[in-house]
Amino acid sequence: MRSISTIASTPMVTLRFCCPSAEIMSEPILNISGLTKVYPGGLKALDNVDLAIQPGEIFALLGPNGAGKTTLIGAVCGLVRPSAGQITAFGHDMRRDWRSARARIGLVPQELSTDMFETVIRAVSYSRGLFGCAPDKALIEEVLRSLSLWDKRNEKIMALSGGMKRRVLIAKALSHEPDLLFLDEPTAGVDVELRRDMWALIEQMRQRGTTIILTTHYIEEAEEMADRVGIIRNGQILTVDDKDAMMARLGRTEARIALAEPLEAIPEALQAFPIELTDGGKEICYRGGDGTGMGRAEVANLTKTLIAAGIDYVGIDVRESSLEDIFVGLVAEQEAA
Amino acid sequence: MRFNLRGTWSIYVRELMRALRTAYQSILSPVLTTSLYFIVFGSAIGDRMPDLGGVEYGAFIVPGLLLLTLLSESTSNASFGIYMPRFTGTIYELLSAPVGVGETLVGFVGAAATKSLILAAIILTTATFFVDYSIAHPILAACYIMLVAASFSLFGFILGVWADNFEKLGIIPMLILMPLTFLGGTFYSIDMLPEPWDKIALANPIVYLVNGLRWTFYGSSDVSIGLSFGLTIAFLVLCVSVIAIIFKTGWRLRD
Repeated sequence: MRSISTIASTPMVTLRFCCPSAEIMSEPILNISGLTKVYPGGLKALDNVDLAIQPGEIFALLGPNGAGKTTLIGAVCGLVRPSAGQITAFGHDMRRDWRSARARIGLVPQELSTDMFETVIRAVSYSRGLFGCAPDKALIEEVLRSLSLWDKRNEKIMALSGGMKRRVLIAKALSHEPDLLFLDEPTAGVDVELRRDMWALIEQMRQRGTTIILTTHYIEEAEEMADRVGIIRNGQILTVDDKDAMMARLGRTEARIALAEPLEAIPEALQAFPIELTDGGKEICYRGGDGTGMGRAEVANLTKTLIAAGIDYVGIDVRESSLEDIFVGLVAEQEAA
Repeated sequence: MRFNLRGTWSIYVRELMRALRTAYQSILSPVLTTSLYFIVFGSAIGDRMPDLGGVEYGAFIVPGLLLLTLLSESTSNASFGIYMPRFTGTIYELLSAPVGVGETLVGFVGAAATKSLILAAIILTTATFFVDYSIAHPILAACYIMLVAASFSLFGFILGVWADNFEKLGIIPMLILMPLTFLGGTFYSIDMLPEPWDKIALANPIVYLVNGLRWTFYGSSDVSIGLSFGLTIAFLVLCVSVIAIIFKTGWRLRD
């Protein structure tokens, strides 16, 4: 697995760190309690959601289409009126002190919604003013340079490519130096290069202390960047955990050992291993471990045992389960339930 | 943060810049249309019309024509101002920003009203090329113009929130506002109407607006100036109340 530092293809300018996000906060930066949203047609998009986001973390919210990810973001950002529940951001109740809370929150929406007739620099400067911040040409330049938009600053947004328009949306969201940033499908429909640039930018924002909540369909994106992962389906949070802990808890190693001669039954010497015979006995399939590498060690022991038992094999295919496997498994499990 | 002044200013400036971007449509077009009215009704037909209340016909129609432009431009500027972000989806930024009903109203409606006032000044200047007119109560006239511009900008804002397609956006100004304005004494005094139409005409709220403005110009009108001011202020308060409810409930703005 590559690290963020090795995948950045564009040199990034370090964003200034001048917001109160540096404060060490012991309480969650965002606390959602019992959040429910029922649309007028009766659709329950969020069902009693509880979620706490810690300052400085990158939290990936995963879920299939229609799971409630965008509604959850909308409820926090003021686009959706919750039917029930409470949202507290930076210690402010979002119903009462919404101005103070919203001033510190940035949102990059899923849709490419920008004023097409406006120039890049004006659109980004407007966003900064809208959030109550004083004009700061140097900061706007920094943001635009960090997103490779500086050369396009005087171009109308309508003249930009889709990827560039998405960068403009990110620049607008960063223009008021938010402490909490929502990225709703930030890399949807962008090319590989831009996706990796964005990963690098997100990592940079994490380093300057910005808390990031992102939704994505690209599980590898969450696997690459997130500290914690939440899985949502049908408006309910199925699980929330530290990414590594989740991988360890729900991850598995799968090994397929192709045998030289088929077996009719699992020999006594191999009974202790979590294996089964597949492909008419021509293959031993191992599923075990815990996502921390224990499974690979057990597969090594299995192969030694095979040799000791005189069972010859002609090939081994070992693979660790990815976050995607875990996600698909959890969602399928919930569907079955 | 109590009131987001910078946010308000940002909206205001951006909306004014939008008008400049579309100067042909938002400034030149209404000026040309009004000039044509002055040429046709003021210069060509006006010479054959009798004086009305001691005022030459050409001068008599100046307040009415000014109001015609004020109503249509204030309404359309404000309605487009809020409808376009809804249509393009950029409203997300406004809704997620620390701006509430106060900032939004002052920003959008203030800009729409400012554009209307600039337009009013241009039209009044243009009118001097076609007809001789004077303003008896210039300060009251300015106040009344501002009041009407603000009221109908608020009304336009409500239309922009209500409309969910471009047809609806134009239907109220074209099918209701424009006919009421034409029938509201823009080109004539309601005293000229035969019974019972002179009484029926009093049910048209635009009659009070036209006559209110006409009074500030020439010191006389078909209805009481107090009633005109009172009704206009009542309309403004009604629009503000409706908008406050819209923001409180999130109707057509928030899901």
